[in-house]
Amino acid sequence: MQDFDYAAPISTNEAVRLLADPAQKAVVLAGGTDILVLLRERRRRATLVVDVKKIAELNELAMTAEGGLFLGAAVPCSRIYREATIAEKYSALTDAVKIIGGWQIQSRATVGGNLCNASPAADSIPPLAIYDAVAEIAGPSGRRQMPVAEFCSGVGKNVLARGELLVAIIFPPTPVHSGAAYQRFIPRNEMDIAVASAASYVELDDKGAIRKARIVLGAVAPTTVRATKAEEALIGQQPSDALFIKAGELAQLAASPIDDMRGTVEYRKHLCGVLTRRTLAIAVERAAANKK
Amino acid sequence: MAKKQLITAIINGEEREFACEPRQSLLEVLRDSLQLTGAKEGCNNGNCGACTVLLNGEPVVSCLVLAVEAEGAKIETVEGIAAGGQLQPLQQCFLEGAALQCGVCTPGFLMTTKALLERNPHPTEEEIRFQLAGNLCRCTGYDKIVRAVQAAAEGAK
Repeated sequence: MQDFDYAAPISTNEAVRLLADPAQKAVVLAGGTDILVLLRERRRRATLVVDVKKIAELNELAMTAEGGLFLGAAVPCSRIYREATIAEKYSALTDAVKIIGGWQIQSRATVGGNLCNASPAADSIPPLAIYDAVAEIAGPSGRRQMPVAEFCSGVGKNVLARGELLVAIIFPPTPVHSGAAYQRFIPRNEMDIAVASAASYVELDDKGAIRKARIVLGAVAPTTVRATKAEEALIGQQPSDALFIKAGELAQLAASPIDDMRGTVEYRKHLCGVLTRRTLAIAVERAAANKK
Repeated sequence: MAKKQLITAIINGEEREFACEPRQSLLEVLRDSLQLTGAKEGCNNGNCGACTVLLNGEPVVSCLVLAVEAEGAKIETVEGIAAGGQLQPLQQCFLEGAALQCGVCTPGFLMTTKALLERNPHPTEEEIRFQLAGNLCRCTGYDKIVRAVQAAAEGAK
């Protein structure tokens, strides 16, 4: 492993000061499941590793006063899927954090890190996007917020400027008669990287018709993509298998995947259709059950 | 070279102090400084689970933990699970069920299984396979391992 110094600040301001220090090449350590591999393989260089796990607000996992969810950037996946309230209100998030790596990875890996790492195949990003979650960012010139959907700017790239730190991801409340789901396809049963993935969110009206829909695809473009044409086709309609098939076909059009060892372009497009159809069916089922 | 730091952690129930460089993994320190060689180095990038230890009760791959992060933590390794020269029932079940060949992956499997049975004393076969998916074995099939975990869970009834 390359040589570096280590700091574990207990405040966000101190972390930002360390990250902005012009004398250092600093990287953030949360769960470490990506960054430690990159440092070991010298695909990233650092003179200072800033461990953010001791900062209280980055470890906070709580419902907000508005009824949404505050997810600190350093909260590991295993803490998220053990929360019954999150499984109930943000089921697509729970779907994703349960399948990121194996148990050992889930004990450490964070959704904040998954977002910052900006892999096109990141499992947690499509769920964040369908919930219209917001990234809370601290930096040398203060705080700012931005939609999670705009946070990643390319493969492995995010919008954070030097000295900036992702503090939390804040989810708006989920209304009654809403439901969501996330699924990915991998060639193995577990422990693999998504070949394609889809997250769907729906809100039903009093008559059971779809009032709102959001569909986000992963691993089929440099960043996640909204399948807007598929969403539009769902609005005002009664859920049915035929409708989900049509939405799946339209979702395929939003995908612009690459060929690689995990799958071809055609295969990935096909999977977008299948996963959209399946996640919509589960989302509608969950929405119908969500009467509180 | 970055300065060594002095770290105190509870390892297998005992308070231990060690000095390490920030760049050293917990796995390196366990094996090279503390002579706890139960955790094995397999892939060294978080894929194989051979170096699994429990960090504050949670299974983690110790190759992806910096030793400096262990300050104040409770760490359990395979060396800590047998008591008074007696194998733990779980270890006995792996032995009797021949749930290993070369044995490199076994300490990792034992630690993940320990965590699993503590949380869920009677897992289904599917749950066992799902929770142990982060532990790879490259010489035998997984069936004997799954049976050993089932036998351990049965024995605990």
